[in-house]
Amino acid sequence: MTLFTQIWDFFSSVKLAIFTLCTLAATSIIGTIIPQGEPSAFYVKNFGAQTAHFFQVLDIPNMYYSWWFLGLLGTLSANLIICSLDRFPAVWKIVTADNLAVTPERVEKMSNCSKWEFATDKHKQINVAELLKKNGWTASSKKIGNNELFFSQKSAWSRIGVYIVHTSILLIFVGAIIGHFFGFKGSVMVPEMGSTQKVFAYKDAGSLELGFELRCNSFAIEFYDNGMPKEYKSSLTVLEKGQEVLTKEIEVNSPLTYKGITFYQSSYQGYQDFLLNITESNSGESKQFTLPFQKQMTWEEKNLQFGIVNAEAVGQRVVRSKVWFKSGENPASIEWINDNSKTTFTGGTKEYTVSAKQMYATGLQVAKDPGVWVVYIGCCVMLLGLYIAFFMSHQRIWLYKNNDSSVPQLWLSGSANKNKMGFAKVLSELKKCIDQAVQR
Amino acid sequence: MDSSQLLGITTFTYMFSTILYVAILVFKAPKLGGIATIFTAVAWFVQTAGLVLRWIESYQMGIGHAPLTNMYESVVFFAWTIILLYLLIEWKFKTKIIGAFAVPFAFLAMAYASFSTELSKAISPLVPALQSNWLIAHVVTCFVGYAAFAVAAALGIMYLLKSKSPETNEAATSLSSRFPSPAVIDDIIHKTMVFGFIWLTGGIITGAIWANSAWGTYWSWDPKETWSLITWFFYAIILHARYTRGWSGTKIALLAIFGFVSVLFTYYGVNFLLSGLHSYGSN
Repeated sequence: MTLFTQIWDFFSSVKLAIFTLCTLAATSIIGTIIPQGEPSAFYVKNFGAQTAHFFQVLDIPNMYYSWWFLGLLGTLSANLIICSLDRFPAVWKIVTADNLAVTPERVEKMSNCSKWEFATDKHKQINVAELLKKNGWTASSKKIGNNELFFSQKSAWSRIGVYIVHTSILLIFVGAIIGHFFGFKGSVMVPEMGSTQKVFAYKDAGSLELGFELRCNSFAIEFYDNGMPKEYKSSLTVLEKGQEVLTKEIEVNSPLTYKGITFYQSSYQGYQDFLLNITESNSGESKQFTLPFQKQMTWEEKNLQFGIVNAEAVGQRVVRSKVWFKSGENPASIEWINDNSKTTFTGGTKEYTVSAKQMYATGLQVAKDPGVWVVYIGCCVMLLGLYIAFFMSHQRIWLYKNNDSSVPQLWLSGSANKNKMGFAKVLSELKKCIDQAVQR
Repeated sequence: MDSSQLLGITTFTYMFSTILYVAILVFKAPKLGGIATIFTAVAWFVQTAGLVLRWIESYQMGIGHAPLTNMYESVVFFAWTIILLYLLIEWKFKTKIIGAFAVPFAFLAMAYASFSTELSKAISPLVPALQSNWLIAHVVTCFVGYAAFAVAAALGIMYLLKSKSPETNEAATSLSSRFPSPAVIDDIIHKTMVFGFIWLTGGIITGAIWANSAWGTYWSWDPKETWSLITWFFYAIILHARYTRGWSGTKIALLAIFGFVSVLFTYYGVNFLLSGLHSYGSN
């Protein structure tokens, strides 16, 4: 035995497959118990310096991406490829085999062979092909001397189902590898009215150029009556060279995709600044101001002065704010307004609608994954392959009209590669039909 | 009549179903068979009505969503799927003895849902992450899988009782003598496991697609994901052992039971013992 065949046999063995699957299953447990991706100080604190060092050596804090875990996945892939290459030719031979080449002796020797004998020459009246057809079997036949052999089969190709499943697993791996090398995952915080051309990659903690500009127009949180968050929403606009090309309101579960890069709503951050919107009722003129807490600002053209003098917050979230407003030489007025709602101030003859809201930054997950479609195709192929592999079986039947024996005989045998109990029922149905035909 | 009353009734009807099926087995009373089946089917319809009503009630509260969003609702749905699968198996394989092993799982699930103080039974609104059309697809595929594995484990227990009962012990022999033949039980175990495996695969896939549309990552090695994969590996190993090594009988029956332990940990243990993205399932 050459070294090559030894290696080949090793990688094509089911033992290796079962060993790899068992090891993958068992080691995967580790990462569900020991928190992943924490800074090294965390492990020292919780497990002691020595254990933490041991973890570091084995890459436990990042075990699903460690050399040994990826090595196991690699072994599984090699195993899948080689065992499939090893077995496929033999299976293909069965799928495409000429089943009429089977000798009558083999038909007789099959464990489920049944025989009928004819005292008269009635056997000549029985049309075997038609009888089979009635039962859903389309048969081909061959004359062997005075005798005739009929053969029929169903879903021969279902034998390749298992290889379809194996291929699908490899497809999913290929998709994951494409995503790893040609995609990225990152995140970015964009303040309201602010924009960014970069995101921060997780992998090397560096920044990545988007190649376009992303602006956050607004961010809002909606709440249920019981105070639970109902929706996080950001209005985003994509700009190319200062030109707006796409605007979309995103929510959790409803991201924005542009040029293969997808932005997902993932978090937010409340600022101590406020966004104040003032509209002059008569002219409809409007302007937005970013207002730091307890700082006075002015709208020079309109001779307006304003500020947020106080605010009421639940945790980090401002629920209402106290707006101070002064128009020209008129006396100043102060009013509490709820976050994100409006009020009207009058200054002399003019009216101003003022809305105030806390300023937020929206937290976005950013992902580019050109491999994801390969993964999805792999998933569909897997479901299809599993269905074929488990629910379809290659059923074969042979009928032999033996006219050479002293009494003319009819032999029936069959085989199925799966669901033998189901096939036994199919076969007994067929036998009943033959019984009827013989007795008629 | 509100949904919680209907689901409360279901707990007791499943208990009674369990008693009926056990009675058929213990008191050799096959005449009870029809009654047990009809009773269980009616109980299942009551539960279905309860689930539908709960769905409607959530819309009346203005927070409409399918009743599949927290631990309580999932346990109720788990019981519902077990009974549905069991009734299908009873109809397909024409045996009522399995009921004495499968129906108790549904009863225990309902009893846990009804009487546990850890689970909140209130209909609560959905957090943003759960507001997705993938919710129903993901939960249904997973739980059909889980229920199939529960039935496979029930059959595994049955197989072990059948094969382990000593011939000399008359009572035990007469009890298990009314079980289907070991070959038939073995066949049904295999079929339910294969069925569960395909649905578990579907559950993992729908979960991955959902995760990708919510967070931009189809796989993040979160404990729930990882445990579902461990369970998937486990059943993949069993199926390979059967197809390529010809394992059957006692070995497969034992593995069906161990597999279900892994399912239970994936479903239940992870939520309470480990932390992760699925933490909203813990209340």
